[in-house]
Order: sequence, then structure tokens, then C-alpha cells
Amino acid sequence: MDTQEQLDDFQKRIDAGEKIEPKDWMPERYRQQLIRMMSQHAHSEIVGMLPEGNWITRAPSLKRKMVLLAKVQDEAGHGLYLYSATETLGVRRQKLVEDYLYGKAKYSSIFNYPTLTYADICVIGWLVDGAAIVNQTMLAKSSYGPYSRANLRICKEESFHKKQGYEMLAKMADGTPEQKKMAQDAVNRWWWPTLMMFGPHDTDSPNSAELIKWGVKTKTNDELRRHFVDRTVMEAEAIGITLPDPDLTYNEETGHWDFGDIPWDEFWSVVKGDGPMNRERMKARRKAYEDGAWVREAAMEHARKKKLREEKAS
Amino acid sequence: MTEQTETKHEWPLWEVFYQPKDGKPFEHAGSVHAPDAEMALQNARDTYARRSEGIAFWVVPSDQIVASAPEDAGPFFDPANDKPYRHPQFYSVPRAVKKRK
Repeated sequence: MDTQEQLDDFQKRIDAGEKIEPKDWMPERYRQQLIRMMSQHAHSEIVGMLPEGNWITRAPSLKRKMVLLAKVQDEAGHGLYLYSATETLGVRRQKLVEDYLYGKAKYSSIFNYPTLTYADICVIGWLVDGAAIVNQTMLAKSSYGPYSRANLRICKEESFHKKQGYEMLAKMADGTPEQKKMAQDAVNRWWWPTLMMFGPHDTDSPNSAELIKWGVKTKTNDELRRHFVDRTVMEAEAIGITLPDPDLTYNEETGHWDFGDIPWDEFWSVVKGDGPMNRERMKARRKAYEDGAWVREAAMEHARKKKLREEKAS
Repeated sequence: MTEQTETKHEWPLWEVFYQPKDGKPFEHAGSVHAPDAEMALQNARDTYARRSEGIAFWVVPSDQIVASAPEDAGPFFDPANDKPYRHPQFYSVPRAVKKRK
């Protein structure tokens, strides 16, 4: 059991801006919350490869193919940084993966939407990765050392993702009327799901207050969302794209953009597993894991035999 | 697929250190899973150096790392605190010393 004295000392360290490292004492609840949040983040990076991988063979040029390949490889890398950071909390990688594939571990609901056209790939880069950067920049200041460092590394790479998406969308929005229509259609479909990526309103978010108290998060869902909207409105304007929200208006008093109601019913139904792609995504991930089992086993066996041969030879 | 057979095939954990530039000290990057050292190096390169972050890698089986305990941090490093004479700031020298041109 954590004693009050331990909890108070821990809170003092957090309030003083100290980073918590894997071997430091921490409240059990802090550890559990981190495992939940960090592994969820890792799962999201991994599942995020699916909607984009879908377009690698159909990217419009060799350059765009190379860019998309590099981006998908980055997502795998981000997943690995985060799994590796989560393991420092004393939980095994295999357990994390199995909780996700066969248990109840979650991933970001944004990846449960389909990528219907190539413009969706542009919009994912601009909006989805743009939102992810806002979130991860905040998490790079997280109180848990390994999580903070993993996010720092991710942020450095993520800006490439956002920029390539924004560049492509700008080109498309500047193209033929048909291309422009395609770009606008993709933005219309991804705008609201992107805003949902920041999570429920602060008043409806069960974990937020605790995570902020412990410095795991340093800003609330609504603060991050507002920051994202402020930034994105200008970027949309610059390339002649409109955002599908009639209530979007600049508020002179606050200096921020006010926006309309987010369709939360849709959010909760996707979170609960009824999004357009939930089942397919999970099926694809399970298949990849199970079909890859022989590779993992063979590699272990190969390593064992090689070691035996070396021992014999010496 | 029982817990036991799966665990047998879980790849061991390696800690990864990289040297950012010639002459710089090695830094901890994170960890990777791999069946042997050779593949640990390859996985380390793919995971932690996609943008030439390093020119050299060390991989070490994670269970071979021996670390000091955080709760001992005070007493463990204490002997350094009462040796201020190890720092140049400890000494005062005449202010007038100037280089001759």
C-alpha cells in the first residue's frame, strides 16, 4: 500500500518539475495510468500503419511512394519507442500486445475510419498528424522520463509527416476542379473525427484531472483542441480549403476560434467498437501477429543453434 | 497457444546506446527485442537511426545492466559534496593577471 507520506513526497517531486525515472518510487495508480496511456499510444501508432499502407502501391508517383513508405516505417518506429518506454514500467511487451489484440486495450479511434481516396492520405498527414503533434509536443513535457523522451523523438519525426501531407493537399487544392473537389471532400470527412482525437470535453474526461495533477499531461483536452483549431483555420485558409463547420467564427474577445458542437455520439460508438473500420483493423492486426509467429519462433531457434555451433567450435 | 510456449519465443530485451558523432560519448536510445546480438544491432539501426542519428551502436542484454538505486542517490553521491576544492571556482586568483600582447 502507498502511504500518505510517500504520496505527498511524490507530489512534491512532481510539483517541483522533477522527472520520474523507472526505478523511482511511484504510486501504483500512477504506474497503471501510464501503462494504460502509453500502451494505448503505442497501439495507435501500429494500427495507424494500416489505413496508409493501403495506399503505398497506389501512390501517384515514385516520389510519393517513397515518402509514404518512409512515413509508414516511422509509425512502426514510434510504436516501438513507446512499447520500449512502457516496458520500463515492469510490464512485458508480449502482454501489452496480447492485451491489445485479444483483450480490451484501446487505440485512437481515428484509425477506425477508412481511407477512400488518395486525398485522404494527404488529409491524414495534415490533420491527423497535425493533431498528433499538438498532443505529443505536450507529452514531451510529461513527468515520466521515458515517456517524455519517446515523445521528444517522435515529435522530431512527426513534423515531416504533417508537412508532406499539407504540401500534397495544397497541390491538390490548387489542381483541376476534380482534384480540388476530392481534397475538399476528404477534409469534410476527416475534420470532426480529428477534433475528437483530443478526447472528450474536460468535464467528461474521467482520467484528465488525475493525469494533470501528476504531470503526465500538462494541458487539458479542450486546451489542446483549441490550440489545434486556431492553427488549422489559418492553414486551411492559405490553401483555399474550407472547414465543414458553419459555426466557426473568430472570437475577438478571447482571440480564439469558436467552433460548433462535436458529434460525441459518433465518438462514443467508435470508441465502443462500432466505427466503420473497427473490426477490420483488429482482424488485420491479429492476422499479422498470428501469421508472423513462425518467424519469431524460427529466429529464436536460429539464434539458439548458432550459439551452440559457436560454443562447439571454441 | 499457451502462455508457456509463447513466452519461450519472446525475443530477449536489449538496451541500445548510440554515438551521435565521432568523438562523442554513447547515449541511451531505448531498447529493442531481438533473438541475438546481430539482429539486435540491425533492429537498433532500423528503430533508432532512420535519420543518421548515430555513427555507432552498442547493444547490451537488458538483464546485464547494473544500476544504482534511486533511493540511495543521496548517500551514494554524498562524498562528492564535501570536496569543493575539486572545482576551479574554489580558488581565487589576482584579478590583474592579463595576457601580454
